[in-house]
Amino acid sequence: MTKEEKYNLAKWAMNHALQKGAQEVSVSIANSRSSSVEIREKKIDKLEQAIQSGLTIRLFVDKKYSAHSTNRLKKEELARFIEQAIEGTKYLSEDEFRTLPDPSLYYKGGQNDLNVLDKEFASVDPQKKIDLAYAVEKEIFGTDDRIISISTGYYDGMEERVLVTSNGFEGDSANTQFGLYASVSVKSGEARPESYWNESSIFFDKLKKDNIGVTALKRAASKIGQAKIASGKMTMIVENKVASRLVSPLISALNGSAIQQKNSFLIDKLDQKVFSDKLTITDDPFIVSGRGSRLFDGEGLATKKRAVFDKGVLKTYYIDTYYGKKLNMEPTNGGTTNLVFETGDKNLEGLIATVKKGILVTGFNGGNSNGSTGDFSFGIEGFLIENGTIKQPVSEMNITGNMKTLWSNIGEFGNDVNDSSSWLTPSILFEGVDFSGI
Amino acid sequence: MNVNRRNFIKTGSAVVAGSMFLPPLLQSCQNVKISESVKSYLDHFEVSVEMLQKVIAAAMSKGGDYADLFFEHKISNSLGLEDGKVNRAFSNIDYGVGIRVLKGDQTGFAYSENITLDDMLNAAKMAASIANEKSVFSPVDCTEKMPAAYYKINRQWDNVVVADKVPFVQKVNDKIFELDNKVIKVNAFMNDETSYVLFYNSEGRLTYDYRPMIGFGAVCIMQRGEQIENSYAARSFRKGFEWLDDSVVNELAQEAVDKTNILFDAVKPRAGEMPVVMGAGGSGILLHEAIGHTFEADFNRKGTSIFSDKMGKKVAESFINIIDDGTLENNRGSINIDDEGNDVQKTYLVKDGVLNSYIHDRISAKFYNVAPTGNGRRESFRNIPIPRMRATYMEPGPHSKDDIIASVDYGVYVDNFSNGQVQIGAGDFTFFVKSGYLIEKGKITQPIKDINIIGNGPKALADITMAASDYLIDNGTWTCGKDGQSVPVTCGLPTVLVKKLTVGGTNA
Repeated sequence: MTKEEKYNLAKWAMNHALQKGAQEVSVSIANSRSSSVEIREKKIDKLEQAIQSGLTIRLFVDKKYSAHSTNRLKKEELARFIEQAIEGTKYLSEDEFRTLPDPSLYYKGGQNDLNVLDKEFASVDPQKKIDLAYAVEKEIFGTDDRIISISTGYYDGMEERVLVTSNGFEGDSANTQFGLYASVSVKSGEARPESYWNESSIFFDKLKKDNIGVTALKRAASKIGQAKIASGKMTMIVENKVASRLVSPLISALNGSAIQQKNSFLIDKLDQKVFSDKLTITDDPFIVSGRGSRLFDGEGLATKKRAVFDKGVLKTYYIDTYYGKKLNMEPTNGGTTNLVFETGDKNLEGLIATVKKGILVTGFNGGNSNGSTGDFSFGIEGFLIENGTIKQPVSEMNITGNMKTLWSNIGEFGNDVNDSSSWLTPSILFEGVDFSGI
Repeated sequence: MNVNRRNFIKTGSAVVAGSMFLPPLLQSCQNVKISESVKSYLDHFEVSVEMLQKVIAAAMSKGGDYADLFFEHKISNSLGLEDGKVNRAFSNIDYGVGIRVLKGDQTGFAYSENITLDDMLNAAKMAASIANEKSVFSPVDCTEKMPAAYYKINRQWDNVVVADKVPFVQKVNDKIFELDNKVIKVNAFMNDETSYVLFYNSEGRLTYDYRPMIGFGAVCIMQRGEQIENSYAARSFRKGFEWLDDSVVNELAQEAVDKTNILFDAVKPRAGEMPVVMGAGGSGILLHEAIGHTFEADFNRKGTSIFSDKMGKKVAESFINIIDDGTLENNRGSINIDDEGNDVQKTYLVKDGVLNSYIHDRISAKFYNVAPTGNGRRESFRNIPIPRMRATYMEPGPHSKDDIIASVDYGVYVDNFSNGQVQIGAGDFTFFVKSGYLIEKGKITQPIKDINIIGNGPKALADITMAASDYLIDNGTWTCGKDGQSVPVTCGLPTVLVKKLTVGGTNA
């Protein structure tokens, strides 16, 4: 579907809903294309292609609310779908807080392009994609007797969206992604440790295409001899690639729904010092070619650069229109864009060198955290550090504690930001973490 | 053939009745003597056997060994309650066909959201390109395969209006508030799903399935002083609207309140290795994570599972029998036919302590030269089928729950979980305990909460030294994720003792 076709259909659906009894309506239409190829044993293992389209309509009917989506986009069927949806909505309870956003908060245009779309998406040669995946395999195929399995792959995708609302918003966005990966298993005794490495980019030309297989193999081989060690309270360094696992419970606790539904350990903490003064995070939607960059959110609200934590002080919640009304707070945005961390001056090796005894966590294995209390417990794997050097790989261990304590015990941040994610996490050193092992 | 879309939604509705009757005899489609049931599915997707054969011919045109078409129409509805009122509804319609071509163990796959001959032929050509030889495919006679009937229902969800469901969601909220004055919030939900599936392959097999699903549950949030805690209860089945009644509502409400209440005085155990008693029911997550995934034959075929060379070997005590079963009546994990058109079965993974079978899809069954086990499943027509679990459980053992608990000097008893995970190669698996109890000197003492338990699959399986007779299937809303695909499953277990696992906790 062209952009114009999407706008036309979205407006048609919106008008149909308005005619059939909805007072306010928002409609979004997204379509995407993707392809992927996976290589095993010098052969194509899987070749997949996909094109999809879908429409989502949010209905506000007599102060009642519902949302519906479908991939059946013929007008005759859509009309019936919308009519049935409106009819069903009438049997819900009224919810006075449900409205479209205040139009003055909508994105009005005029910002610079954030450059998150590769306009050459469609022109990448399909054979080239397959060759790239083969090249990743070739880096390591037959290079190490311990290898028992290598899977490598290429994937790409483009998504285009339009959003229209009955109180005046119209906006569209599009983005692309390209990636290459390798997954490697090695054998040593009974265990068959595996590891994975992935490179991705918004632009095909900027996709890093080498050293992917080599890195995956190195990471898998470094796990040979993994064992758990004695339980104890130790220093923990969390590698940049996986640090988001510990950031995620913080962000969930800032969500308007969690605050209003009492499922957050950060209720009523705005402008208070809640964590270590080493913690400064900014939400920046305007980074050119940032993975989370956007000019408006899912409701059409204009994005804004915001401090999230400033030297340990909580500066913002993520509030959408609905929970803003319920909490009597100004809406911010429904979710994160790019999270920028204030970093330190050491790389990962530099951080490791400062540790007398501790564990470098390179992977998480299950676990969860309690939204209302901040209690957490996660499975981990990584490496034992003694006197500033890595001693042995560890696995089958847990870390357990509380988010409030953990983030108050930051030792320091690395300078090694993971820029292949919208959460630009560096490696992070925490003091005094409870590890369970033997 | 009637290809009027309006009609066909109705035909679709009539299909359920059809699928509940005893199947007619196998018939050849070429004689147009197909059953009414399968005809209603062909009508539903506005296709004819001739069209299916043309698409298969295109899929096989480059020398593929095998091809299949998976048509699916899924209607999902959801109701939500927040702050005392059923004040939100969501619905989704998903519709399309997935076309797969195999060449040896190589897979080509494409799907189309439009079921017209041209769109299907285009997708078939894309999928066909996994092979690259000149080839002429001669069509095979179509053979209708009747699916089993593991989930008979009376009133199907796509015929139930919002007004009929709302009172049950409201009642569970009201009941929870009634049960305990510490309750400050309730979030309740009801999700129903109706899925129509039509399948055809290059071997001529034509089959179908109608898959209902209901999930109903509530999160209970309580406050005592400054402390706020929450827990939840949920049930899910392949049942129809007739399943809903006040006893379901009361059971959910009581369970949500009880599970939340015990959290207020919960402590953390000490960190480290200790005996873990897994309570009957949801503790089946142990089997799912520690054993189930590592038995999936795609991992074993590639040699990446820690169980890759253990077939026929003793892996557990001889009283242990572990089963993956797709045939349990109205169970969330059951399917009448798998997503590759194969019969579903009750598969013994471990029999009398010996590794008896992997979990197979078509590719792996062929690789191992065994009959398919009916585990080829996919999230939707957008995905390729891979080996997946259904209901995974252990049969009753020779011990008693009391004896098992009495045998533990210091350890934990766990029976309420939120999630688990496994690393296939290393065999390390985890499950997160939402609540449980300490066992001290053979007795259950203080409650515990929010701790992760981690172990190693083969070791944990060998370390199950006692199993009780109180086997129970847990009918919670279990969803299993693998390769980015989610499928509904269940699990079950009698009370068992795992001699040693690493428990998250504090270091004195």
